[in-house]
Amino acid sequence: MSSAGQQAGVSSWEGGGSPFSINSKKLGMWLFIISDALTFTGVLMAYSYVRVASEEWPTPFHMWPSIVVSSIMTFCLLTSSITMVMAVTAAKQGRVQAAARWIHFTMLGGVAFLLLHANEWRELIHEGLRPFENPWGTPMFGATFFSLTGLHMLHVTIGVVLLGIIAAGFKRGRYTADHVEISGLYWHFVDLVWMFIFPLVYLLSVSME
Amino acid sequence: MSTTAHEHKEGTTRLYLGVWAALLGMTIVEVFLAYEHLPVQLMLICLMGLSIIKAALIVAYFMHLRFERLSLFLTLVPMWVLVTCLMFIFFPDSFRLLELRWP
Repeated sequence: MSSAGQQAGVSSWEGGGSPFSINSKKLGMWLFIISDALTFTGVLMAYSYVRVASEEWPTPFHMWPSIVVSSIMTFCLLTSSITMVMAVTAAKQGRVQAAARWIHFTMLGGVAFLLLHANEWRELIHEGLRPFENPWGTPMFGATFFSLTGLHMLHVTIGVVLLGIIAAGFKRGRYTADHVEISGLYWHFVDLVWMFIFPLVYLLSVSME
Repeated sequence: MSTTAHEHKEGTTRLYLGVWAALLGMTIVEVFLAYEHLPVQLMLICLMGLSIIKAALIVAYFMHLRFERLSLFLTLVPMWVLVTCLMFIFFPDSFRLLELRWP
């Protein structure tokens, strides 16, 4: 803990200092992320609650295509996170074109994730999954599956759009490296949430047949 | 604004690639575990344990929280842990919900 960011002789509690040593936009994003994390915690807990309280929880996810495809989706998100890290590094070094290119790779990972996920939804709907009915067991399965993965897909979609806007603005000099870093925080958070949805929704419902 | 901030210590590309490889490795272990016939509690502990480690790696390195001041960590993370623990107060109800159901 250094005292950097504080004025000499002034404690953080008296104002005039910067207790977190980060800019206000970044603090705002962190506060948003922690509140959004609580939203996802609540939704995941509701899912677990309904699951424990149900007699026949469906296990519709076969090795092929569901588990293989969702593993590839995990790979897409993890890889898009590392390309986002590269984008932030490039942006901080002032390499504008490189940063924009890495952001575009990140968006590509996000779009691949979305397309694979949409296809997964399409197949499950084709097999008869609906929000309040399905051919396998507890009717509530569909509601929890669609709301959890749907909320996450919405976040990924917003992330892709946000990154597109930031990349275009950064190239034109409208946005700074700080903006790239802050949008990166959001992107990593979306990745992080998937690290819980993937095992809780998919891996705990694998079909052993 | 960044002029007031001290220069953050940053990780190297090698470090980030290491974290990425570790995250991928843990994902593969999770998929492998899903096909092992383990008791549900043990399976949950293993999967959630790995997921928490993965989340911690993402927050610490990709989201740079490890390189920020401790005050930011102390403002954000204990609050999340506390609220999550409070949400668990409702959870035991789910175990007896089946017996409470109208026939």
